[in-house]
Amino acid sequence: MKIRSKSNDKVELLMTPMIDIVFQLLVFFIMSFKIVAQEGDFNVKMPLGFSGPGQPDLSAPVPLKVRLVAGPDGSIANIMFNDQSFGTEFEALRNRVISFLTPDRTPGSGSDNTEIELDCDYDLHYEEVIKAITAVSGYVKDNNEIERLVERIKFSPPRPPRGG
Amino acid sequence: MIDMVFQLIAFFMVLLNFNEADVNEEISLPLSVLARPPDGPIEKPITLHLRNDGGVMIGAESVPTVAGIKPYLRFETDQLTIENKRPRDATVIIRADRAVPTGKVQELIKVCQEAGFEKFALRAKEEIRGH
Repeated sequence: MKIRSKSNDKVELLMTPMIDIVFQLLVFFIMSFKIVAQEGDFNVKMPLGFSGPGQPDLSAPVPLKVRLVAGPDGSIANIMFNDQSFGTEFEALRNRVISFLTPDRTPGSGSDNTEIELDCDYDLHYEEVIKAITAVSGYVKDNNEIERLVERIKFSPPRPPRGG
Repeated sequence: MIDMVFQLIAFFMVLLNFNEADVNEEISLPLSVLARPPDGPIEKPITLHLRNDGGVMIGAESVPTVAGIKPYLRFETDQLTIENKRPRDATVIIRADRAVPTGKVQELIKVCQEAGFEKFALRAKEEIRGH
């Protein structure tokens, strides 16, 4: 009688099922892969009291006013910075903010006390507001770093809808 | 070949975006070159989606008007109270469509302010320069 010793048995690794599963995994990940653009936030701190009753904070700096006027189709029709008109150029608004901030400002320090208040028409498209916030918040330098300008942003009390 | 396939799997696993709970395909976010992902996690985030038609979505719930969100905000404040937090500790992330009227966004902020929330984050999609 022939006794087979276990140690001589060759264990054969079954590759086919493993490859099947591995390819299925690969297909799953390829199908569910999607290039999603990064998202970021603009922080706005607005406690209810700022437009309501109560003792106003006299030590707080007067905010710079940016007025955004909407055209009939909701696009931007006019940008005003402290009653000075810039047409529809957000680039001009940014340059005005840069020149307004003191020239000896070091990055990230001098702008801490500056606050901008956005006064927008009701019908203005939201993307125009984000463009304005982008213009006053900073810009991307050539080395892809962000130079921050004004980070404290708030909204004026909402305006009523046109014709309402 | 198996090695390569495993490497590919690892590559796609790492790149897979698991934050889809916060992403809503109905919302077309405004673009901004300054929109960079936050450095750290946002404390107590509450995400509100404001659609083009004025409807608001919070979690899986959808309400047709901005005012309709009040009961859901009350629920959120109750949850915060249970956790010994106040509404001012939370951050309301507003994902509004780019074509929505700004007045609607301000109405949404006002409703949240009345519920006690103070910190807001206006979300935008990163705009790649040169496009």
